[in-house]
Amino acid sequence: MIQIRHVIFLLLLCLPLAGQAALEIRITQGVEGAMPIAIVPFGWQGEAQVPEDLATIIGANLHRSGRFAPVDRQTMPQRPTRADELDFPAWRGQGSNYVVIGRLQSTGADRFSVQFQLFDVAGGRQLTGYNIPVERADLRRAAHMISDIIYERLTGERGAFDTRVAYVSVTGQGGERRFALQVADADGHHPRTIFRSAQPILSPAWAPDGRRIAYVSFENGRSEVFVQNVDGGDRTRLAAFEGINSAPAWSPDGRRLALTLSRDGAPDVYVMNLADRSVTRVTQSRSIDTEPAWMPDGRSLVFTSDRAGQPQLYEVPVTGGQPRRLSFEGRYNGGASISPDGRRVAMVHGAGGGFRIAILDRQTRLFRVLTDGRADEAPSFAPNGSMIIYATSERGRGILAAVSEDGRVHQRLVLQEGEVREPAWSPFRE
Amino acid sequence: MRSSHVISRSLLFVLMAIVLLTLGACASVDKTATTDPVLVGDVHDDGRAPGDRYPGETTPLGRDGRLTADALSDPSSPLSQRVIYFEFDRDDVRADFVDVVAAHGAYLARNSQTRIRLEGHTDERGTREYNLGLGERRAHSVRRMLLLQGASGDQIQVISYGEEMPAAMGSSEQAWQQNRRVELIYEGHRR
Repeated sequence: MIQIRHVIFLLLLCLPLAGQAALEIRITQGVEGAMPIAIVPFGWQGEAQVPEDLATIIGANLHRSGRFAPVDRQTMPQRPTRADELDFPAWRGQGSNYVVIGRLQSTGADRFSVQFQLFDVAGGRQLTGYNIPVERADLRRAAHMISDIIYERLTGERGAFDTRVAYVSVTGQGGERRFALQVADADGHHPRTIFRSAQPILSPAWAPDGRRIAYVSFENGRSEVFVQNVDGGDRTRLAAFEGINSAPAWSPDGRRLALTLSRDGAPDVYVMNLADRSVTRVTQSRSIDTEPAWMPDGRSLVFTSDRAGQPQLYEVPVTGGQPRRLSFEGRYNGGASISPDGRRVAMVHGAGGGFRIAILDRQTRLFRVLTDGRADEAPSFAPNGSMIIYATSERGRGILAAVSEDGRVHQRLVLQEGEVREPAWSPFRE
Repeated sequence: MRSSHVISRSLLFVLMAIVLLTLGACASVDKTATTDPVLVGDVHDDGRAPGDRYPGETTPLGRDGRLTADALSDPSSPLSQRVIYFEFDRDDVRADFVDVVAAHGAYLARNSQTRIRLEGHTDERGTREYNLGLGERRAHSVRRMLLLQGASGDQIQVISYGEEMPAAMGSSEQAWQQNRRVELIYEGHRR
């Protein structure tokens, strides 16, 4: 049996970069029995200093997943960079089941090629290997892609390291609060602000193509839904009806946007056809119906409703009809995020005065509380379903955290200044 | 006693003007005037968008020394109470605020040109999106009571900020109590 080990690694994975408000990731709870793997420092043939330590980035990624335990470089019996230098007998008995080696070569002005190979120590054979041409600005991304390849080869599950996270940062106090919608790599690096406002920003939602984000902005003194390109351009106001305009969620085909409107009275779930902006009402109730989330087949929506008195999750066909109640545990369940396979629903679960992230298996009806914070909210599944990112607080300050879907791996993402909230994990990048 | 003195016409006009002005002032003091004198002579718009402020900035009316002829500015009037507080997870107006809301409704009914914005807020507990709905529901509760007093729907605008504009920071019951509220904002008046 694999057991949970508490508060072990306080690893500072990324050093603060000058001028960047990078998210620092700390793994607060890991998994015993994680797979030992040696990621040998990559070879570098070049005159200048090595532009990026790819092996460290890959090791940090694999470690963060909770499934791998990268071994210390100091304990490696050798540091080969080519397959013919690999001395398998020397690695046997050293504790590493797998060895990753690689090389980084300059191929022109700010152009590189990255080669890597993954070996099975016991069998003495190569499991996979690739050559990746890359520009300087994308070197970290190459390390994320390599991490994904290794992760998938060894776990059988697609990796989600080469993805991004959108979130809202808040700096300043009182009347000086400033809100920013930001997008960072999944490891917290390369944070970029794509929208800034003196008024609150809420509920960022990625389009399935990963190129656009819809969100709620109060810039005009009330909640309205906007969409803009992740690269910053082409910003459009999508919904500014009377009343609430909020909780955007893209359909899996990217052609429709579910959202909450209160233009006809109480907040209800609607679907907007993005081609002509026509709006169809999905729920009809005098209660608060909100926080729609699409099932992967695009046929139904899970949403929050207090029609039974307290907020609970319901599922309704996109075409409308009688909603079916999904959540029964506790007095408060809301803010659903659906796993990519549609089997599991992550939610904000209120019980005993606190709000935690819980997960419901729709087939087995198994319900589990995954976190133990007091105000955990805004769960968002990684595109491979392995982790859930969410908002929590640490000493009164909003931070992001992630938990594996089985509740065994916990990590925290802390912004160097201000607060972070409202995380949304991106889809896979093409 | 019939006076044979000839009062000059100009003096008569002056006296008549004084009498009229006095009557006008009395009328506004006893709140029977249908025309809000503030709207005639002292319209003030601070020029800020509804959300263009920091959370919790509320300036009680009457303390800034302006608008003194208006019932809205009388600190002893129930109309000076512009924040209605709510119980946790509830949207019904508390019994101790019913009279205050009724007074606002009656004022709006008497002053049909006056417009009001109801800003609904919640504490931080629960999801942000649900709280957006809850804040709106609170504002609608107040709106319904205003309508019952004879205010008309087009005088009232409802906005929900959910938990996004707390009046008090922190995660204590004390802060939460301050944040579960509907703010009544008269158009053209300072808070």
